[in-house]
Amino acid sequence: MDTVSIQIPSARAASTQGRRLLRTRLPVALALLPTALVVLVVYIGCMVWTVRLSFTSSTLLPKLDWVGLTQYSRLFMNDRFVTSAENIVIFGVLFIAGCLILGFLLAVFIDQNVRAEGAFRTVFLYPYAMSFVVTGVAWQWFLNPGLGLQKVVRDLGFPNFTFDWIVSQDMAIYTIVIAGLWHGSGLTMAILLAGLRGVDEDLWKAAKVDGVPTWRVYTSIVLPLLRPMIVTATVLLATSVVKLYDLVVAMTMGGPGIATEVPAKFVMDHLFERNNIALGTAAATIMLICVVSILAPWVYARYVRPQGRHA
Amino acid sequence: MRLKTRVSAYTLAVALVWNSGALAQQMKAEVLHWWTSAGESAAVKVFADQFTKAGGTWVDNAIAGGANARTAGINRMVGGNPPTMMQFNTGKQFDELVSNDLLRDVESQAKAGKWREIMPKPIVDATVRNGKFYAVPVNIHGQNWLFYNTKVFADAGVEPPKTFPELIEAGEKLKAKGVIPLALGGQPTWEHNLFRAVLVGHGGADLFRKVYGARDQAAAKSPKMKETIELFGKMRGLVDPGSPGRNWNDATALVITNKAAMHFNGDWAKGEFIAAGQTAGKEYGCTLVGEGGGKLVIGGDVFVFPATKDKAMLATQDKLTEVLLDPTTQIEFNKKKGSIPARMDVDVSSMDICAQKSHAVLSDPANQVEAMELLSTPNFSGAMQDAVTQYWNNPNMSTDAFIEKITAAMRDAS
Repeated sequence: MDTVSIQIPSARAASTQGRRLLRTRLPVALALLPTALVVLVVYIGCMVWTVRLSFTSSTLLPKLDWVGLTQYSRLFMNDRFVTSAENIVIFGVLFIAGCLILGFLLAVFIDQNVRAEGAFRTVFLYPYAMSFVVTGVAWQWFLNPGLGLQKVVRDLGFPNFTFDWIVSQDMAIYTIVIAGLWHGSGLTMAILLAGLRGVDEDLWKAAKVDGVPTWRVYTSIVLPLLRPMIVTATVLLATSVVKLYDLVVAMTMGGPGIATEVPAKFVMDHLFERNNIALGTAAATIMLICVVSILAPWVYARYVRPQGRHA
Repeated sequence: MRLKTRVSAYTLAVALVWNSGALAQQMKAEVLHWWTSAGESAAVKVFADQFTKAGGTWVDNAIAGGANARTAGINRMVGGNPPTMMQFNTGKQFDELVSNDLLRDVESQAKAGKWREIMPKPIVDATVRNGKFYAVPVNIHGQNWLFYNTKVFADAGVEPPKTFPELIEAGEKLKAKGVIPLALGGQPTWEHNLFRAVLVGHGGADLFRKVYGARDQAAAKSPKMKETIELFGKMRGLVDPGSPGRNWNDATALVITNKAAMHFNGDWAKGEFIAAGQTAGKEYGCTLVGEGGGKLVIGGDVFVFPATKDKAMLATQDKLTEVLLDPTTQIEFNKKKGSIPARMDVDVSSMDICAQKSHAVLSDPANQVEAMELLSTPNFSGAMQDAVTQYWNNPNMSTDAFIEKITAAMRDAS
């Protein structure tokens, strides 16, 4: 009888709990439903559709035939796509590394309790408020050898000064990196500065007492503490690497020649200008595979492995 | 994920069927086009005004950028809510719309108006599919004009060139005088446009058709082709170092401001000269370069009518056809647009000297050469453009390597 007398209230408690759960969770589930549907239908659905189209011979309109890997072999025979792929790697590595380094240095600089800190913060963050198109056009003018920096310095009395990267086949991609850095390092600075401000004052005091040089505190104590901020910044920067398109279009149109072509531009051109949906979607699929193969180990390390450990 | 959203927007539009009863109204024409620059919108206003005069209501739907406008229009047609009338460039852009029965033919109007007799054959061929007209040609653009600054040439004591070897010789002399011999918008499109001007001028109309139309690999390897490519390569020396990335109108401006001597472009560049207050034949001249007086590469714009069962819409479309090809409308529209009328039977004496020249040249069918857009698919044109821009921007690339890229494009591009 004892057990029964215990069981009844507990069962009642469980059912009220269940009802309460339903009452609180149902609206939540309903509220999330549209988003979930959009994600499923629009994102996942379109990804599947894109991959499917890449195995067809679609040109202007989607056509659901099957040509196997033809489009992929065309893609990798295509000079322009290969150049695009190389460029995105150059840009990605230099842009992310450069933004992190510059952003960190700027954050450290601002964290020295400089005067007019607000003004500096605004100045450094300002480029980020500008669209890539504006950034691209401004840098295009600035770097144009006929009207920008080179001309100004030459007019100032240095007739041999040459800075014509933007019109040079080999160097043009680095001008895109420069413009990207100018645009992105402010944001990195803001994120890292928030992190720096969160570092416990006592750590600094303790390090001072021990006579640790400041640079050493930054590299050995502060940087490891900033890890989450660095990860956040890297993820944000990485998304702008993948979608790099407008900056290139505004700055160089992929030129000189095909020197600054990038995958997203390849996809856009083939989908919307060259009536070649199949080749465009094949390139998009390759981009997706690259992104997933970079993300997968990270997602695994971050979400899957720790859970495994707990269990 | 901007890319993904674009792709999804496309698919969504395919999936969604938009409903709108507004089109059922009497003589209300929604016109989708991409004429957004000052000169272009002035030109399209001629159509709008004439249509209003004829008792219709013109609903202007201008979308900046040809590719954007075409994507939007095609999505709407596929989705079942087409505009009444939509712009395309003369050529293959709307091929698949015809084969998918999305367009209405205008053969009866064409027969009644004798379009086959009054329009140049390349334009007729580019609009007729399966023996029927599927679009209304509204203008003819010449794409390979050489615009030159008369003052710069006079000051240097050089005559405007008639052939490409002459042009290179003249260019060297001009360069020695300190002017930019050739103003070029250093973007793939304009580099490709220059290449086509050299190919049709020096290589000849047949070679041009073989390369872009028939994709004849033997022609691409012929000695004449090599000679043409070498001439094209030499022209790199006539261009200033600031050229890469330059917009075409900035290149035109160099000629307008006496900084550059010559500039290859389509006749739409006249708009820039006109805006700067210059007159054809006075401050600037226009000529065709090439053996035997030069051929004119022609393309242009057409309007297509999406297929519909709506009687009111059909009647509106009939009226639009009539308005578009009315002789007065044609002259007024083309004066503003910089092109010449699609019908050769109108009096062009009120137009500028370049337009008159254009009309005169085209009166001889031997001078009419189909533009690339008429001969080749957008995909092959794009592949050619990639090859040309690589060659142009890489002076170390050999002629054979360039030809190799061209033949690869001929093989692979769909």
